[in-house]
Amino acid sequence: MKQEKDYIQDIAAIRSMMERTSKFLSLAGWAGIMAGVYALVGAWVAYQMFNFNPSEIFYSTTALVPLISLATAVLFITLGTAIFLSAKKAKQRNEKIWNATSKQMLTSMCIPLIVGGLVILILISKGLIGLMAPFTLVFYGLAMYNASKFTYAEIKILGLLEVALGLIGIYFIEYGLLCWAIGFGILHIVTGVYLHYKYER
Amino acid sequence: MKLAIEGFHKAFESRIRLGIMSALSVNEKLSFNELKEYLDLTDGNLASHIKALEKDGFIDVNKSFVGRKPLTSYFITKEGIAAFDSHLKALENLIKSQTK
Repeated sequence: MKQEKDYIQDIAAIRSMMERTSKFLSLAGWAGIMAGVYALVGAWVAYQMFNFNPSEIFYSTTALVPLISLATAVLFITLGTAIFLSAKKAKQRNEKIWNATSKQMLTSMCIPLIVGGLVILILISKGLIGLMAPFTLVFYGLAMYNASKFTYAEIKILGLLEVALGLIGIYFIEYGLLCWAIGFGILHIVTGVYLHYKYER
Repeated sequence: MKLAIEGFHKAFESRIRLGIMSALSVNEKLSFNELKEYLDLTDGNLASHIKALEKDGFIDVNKSFVGRKPLTSYFITKEGIAAFDSHLKALENLIKSQTK
């Protein structure tokens, strides 16, 4: 016959198993903080060194190639850092980074991100440079909103805020880069700090 | 200590079986390897617990192919959901009776 405390432990086991198998909780808070820092540096470089701050939808810049290289570099450094830090956290939690839940999380992000990437390429090819930054916010926000089902619930709020900032940026083109810096920079840092203090200490 | 044992299912006395049921109740389906990874068990150990749950009709198996590799995945049946639910209710009642 089981004792009462055994049943209490049963409940804890059920809870932890449900959580572990349905949510990817190895997402590291520091990954968000670093992503935000890279984004702020990227936005600053684009603004200061390439003089990039579109004021209208059709915007011509001589620095398109360096700009795209800069954006790609920021993206890959961010991804690399996120994977590295999450793998470290997964190891601490005795979890694999590539498991059923991280797979589900990534697949749910895939569609909005791929569609977003194609939209950005089309925008570039049509010269609609002013829409680039806000559109990345919208699609990234949708991806986060989708992914939140499989990770921390806070990511859902992050997604919605990114989409809102993107829409503001589309309407007020002259604030597009500023919205981008707030969305990818400040919001990531805030979310990262919040996740770190709430779940990692 | 005397306990109200109504609704407690014998199949869930084992924490491993409880774990399998918990995992399958929040996932549409999970493969043998995914379950093995989550529960941190050996093949033989997991297989024997799965067989027991299958025999009770609480979970069922789905065999398919990914390319040429066979993929065995498990899902919870209606009976399984009902049994797991009543087990959780029983645990809930136990807690309630303690706090009174």
